[in-house]
Amino acid sequence: MYVAVKGGEQAIANAHKLLSEKRRGDQAVPELEISQIKEQLGLSVDRVMTEGSLYDRELAAIAIKQAQGDLVEAIFLLRAYRTTLPRFGFSEPIETSRMEIQRRISSSFKDIPGGQVLGPTYDYTHRLIDFALEIPDNGNSETCRAEVAAEAIQNAMPRVADLLLAEGLIEDEATDNDRRPVADLTRDPLELPAERDARLQNLARGDEGFILSLAYSILRGFGASGHPFLGEIRFGEVTVELVPEELGFPIEVGEVSVTECIMFNRFMGSATTSPKFVRGYGLAFGHCERKAMAMAIIDYALRSRELGERSEYPAQDEEFVLFHSDNIQASGFVEHLKLPHYVDFQADLVLMRNRQGEFRDGKKEGRDERELEDEKAAKEAE
Amino acid sequence: MCMKNSDDIPLLKVESISKYYGRRIGCLGIEFELWPGEALGIVGESGSGKTTLLNCISGQLEPSEGAVWYSSNGGVIDMCNAPEPQRRLVMRTEMGTVYQNPRDGLRMHVSAGGNIGERLMANGLRHYGQVRRRALNWLEKVEIDQERIDDTPDTFSGGMQQRLQIARNLVTRPRLIFMDEPTSGLDVSVQARLLDLLRGLVTELDLSMVIVTHDLAVTRLLAHRLIVMRGGKAVESGLTDQVLDDPQHPYTQLLVSSILQP
Amino acid sequence: MKKQLKRQSNTGKDRPRIMAGYNFAYLDEQTKRMIRRTILKAVAIPGYQVPFGSREMPLPYGWGTGGIQVTASLIGPEDTLKVIDQGADDTTNAVSIRRFFSRTAGVHTTTRTREATIIQTRHRIPETHLRNGQIIVYQVPIPEPLRFIEPRAKEVLRMHALKEYGIMFVKLYEDISRYGRIAKAFDYPVLVNDRYVMSPSPIPKFDNPKMDCMPALQIFGAGREKRIYSVPPYTKVKSLDFEDYPFEVERWSRCCALCGSDNSYLDEIIMDDRGSKLFVCSDTDHCNERVAGGYKGNQAESIEEAQISTGTGARKCA
Repeated sequence: MYVAVKGGEQAIANAHKLLSEKRRGDQAVPELEISQIKEQLGLSVDRVMTEGSLYDRELAAIAIKQAQGDLVEAIFLLRAYRTTLPRFGFSEPIETSRMEIQRRISSSFKDIPGGQVLGPTYDYTHRLIDFALEIPDNGNSETCRAEVAAEAIQNAMPRVADLLLAEGLIEDEATDNDRRPVADLTRDPLELPAERDARLQNLARGDEGFILSLAYSILRGFGASGHPFLGEIRFGEVTVELVPEELGFPIEVGEVSVTECIMFNRFMGSATTSPKFVRGYGLAFGHCERKAMAMAIIDYALRSRELGERSEYPAQDEEFVLFHSDNIQASGFVEHLKLPHYVDFQADLVLMRNRQGEFRDGKKEGRDERELEDEKAAKEAE
Repeated sequence: MCMKNSDDIPLLKVESISKYYGRRIGCLGIEFELWPGEALGIVGESGSGKTTLLNCISGQLEPSEGAVWYSSNGGVIDMCNAPEPQRRLVMRTEMGTVYQNPRDGLRMHVSAGGNIGERLMANGLRHYGQVRRRALNWLEKVEIDQERIDDTPDTFSGGMQQRLQIARNLVTRPRLIFMDEPTSGLDVSVQARLLDLLRGLVTELDLSMVIVTHDLAVTRLLAHRLIVMRGGKAVESGLTDQVLDDPQHPYTQLLVSSILQP
Repeated sequence: MKKQLKRQSNTGKDRPRIMAGYNFAYLDEQTKRMIRRTILKAVAIPGYQVPFGSREMPLPYGWGTGGIQVTASLIGPEDTLKVIDQGADDTTNAVSIRRFFSRTAGVHTTTRTREATIIQTRHRIPETHLRNGQIIVYQVPIPEPLRFIEPRAKEVLRMHALKEYGIMFVKLYEDISRYGRIAKAFDYPVLVNDRYVMSPSPIPKFDNPKMDCMPALQIFGAGREKRIYSVPPYTKVKSLDFEDYPFEVERWSRCCALCGSDNSYLDEIIMDDRGSKLFVCSDTDHCNERVAGGYKGNQAESIEEAQISTGTGARKCA
């Protein structure tokens, strides 16, 4: 007896109900507060904001909760919400040299003006599971309070790249002041060859894992020759300014925290340009050092065409990198295989059965008689 | 720009072609004419600019200066400035290029038949049986076993790959063919067979040819005229036998003396 | 209309069903205008893939975001929408998309092909002939018919621009040499208006002939790949083939077990673990209409309806 499958709508609704139940988990355990996610899963929030292309800690935290901690799903939620937001203006470029520094290091110089500021970092921690964290330290926050320095960190720390610039040892990027509209991949399709602004936006939105692995491939030799130097990585708060049309001068609209990374790469010069260091640039919302560094490495790798260098590895291949970096596109397309495909599969079944039939009937592999005759005729004709 | 094509104008007229890579010279001020049915050899050591020149005149590289006039079936066209559709049409119907490395000129994962048939189908042939017949025909012409028609070139020997490249180019009966070191990388007996085959085809099809090589023996066999290049410049040119038997320029003399005389 | 979503700290049970706070059909009017401009261009150049600023939708890429954006920018309150997936109105993704539009646009929906003004589809063209004035919107995963032959976008663009399709035929040639036939069962490439080679989306090649000179407007949306293309009404659509290996469609040696139709696309249903099979129309509306009209297949007596179940283990929430 054949049973026709019906009632998808009810089934979907039920599945979603079940999902809500799973999300909540054991009712005996207190429900997560959004503020807890914001405060205690801050790095997740940062990643979701970066790849979700939307700076909103509250929304990102809700998305993480809604997605049961699946960050790609949370990024998706943020992106879809972002689509519905009206755009009322463009901010001025943020000035990271005036960043309120929380962390700033350079591995290219032992000491730099303003000093090395370690800030909050997992570097040099021993990755030993801290069993003390198993039991919440209710109210007793003494153990996790850092001491405050006697004097404030000086603001306005010059960027390390600017120090080299004074000597003419690094390319000058400040020349691009023509104010042409900056590419926006959330409004316009990616066009190739892509300019650096579009590439950087793509990388900033790109999946951390993908960008990281590509950067790794370069360092292992599947990419640009030599190995880049970490010019500087800094993390802290910058102000966002906007010039309202009716005012004509910038006003401060808020503050965002960002991680910025500049890598130095050797460029040996060409017939017309002198040898110098060139930059790879990375920027992420919040504290995302791994992402910002990987991005800076890929940014440089993708400049091979512009710098007249050979590009022969995946990470230098603009089409390959830019078309495959987005985890929302990638996961959507990979997971679409869960959708029914039985019409197409039926078509392939028909094809495959025909092929098998021919194979069993002992016909010459892949040819039919008409063709064999053709060949015979052709031979005779010669 | 279109003049009537007739016998008293050259098939290809190259006017003062130069190509710079930054400040480095690829080739400088090269001029020549190629007449229907003629084979021109460009010789020189590697780095002398001969491949750069070939790429400039075969439409694969934009020269920095100069012009290339090709007298196509539809009139004379300026190969450096013609609209891309027109240029690509001429390149796939009236011209062919045989590359030094067969990987540049063949689709390695497409069968021999498909490789030969591509130009026919690109030019509108929509009959499988005819494509196949002509592919078989050409396999025989270039001395490849017809049984191999469904095999891919990556299963072929180097000599067979070069012969397949030739078949793939000649199947549409082009008028002009460019060859870049077609015999280097092959061992001597295979070279001789390929050259023999080429000589036969050039005569049979009344082909014009520009052949780049470092091997003077190849030009002796195939080329009517020679251009000797060094440092991107033409240092000597003339009839092949004349240049090889009585070289004038010291560099040509050096080249000639460095090979064994037959 | 105000587009700001009211933030709700409450994610619990009392969320309103109608999505207040979103614009009609989700997209803002500016985006819709951009997509309409793209569609106009696509209609003007049949078969040409027009890039557009595809937005991120609340449904995943690859699940019909292109089709949804096209439908969202075309649909008006007086439209009647039909959504099918694999030919059926009640497959999960079709249900989900239909629900999306009833929630965001409140439009009338139908399962009847004849009643619909807009039909959004994945992988099928309805068996019922579409008429002039209807619009069929295809969901497209990979709009580029040359993608698996030449993955380079820049090179492919040039091939389309110069109408250099030799390599496409090399592919067909290779199929015949290897398999004795063109081994493409779905997403079978077509030439539109004698100019552009186009992907018909992964419909079975059985449906290809329906595209030729179809009275309805056909629009194809690829969200992830950010392309829209179109076949205007009454436009020539030819499936690529060789003169001596002409295009042909699948044939079944049997009829639909429910309605007895002998000329519709059939789905194969595996009935038990001994491999007994049943063939039924993939187009559920077509089948129902025939059954209602008194047509009968050989199994029509023993049909029963069931619900898809969700849940784990012993638990069922059907």
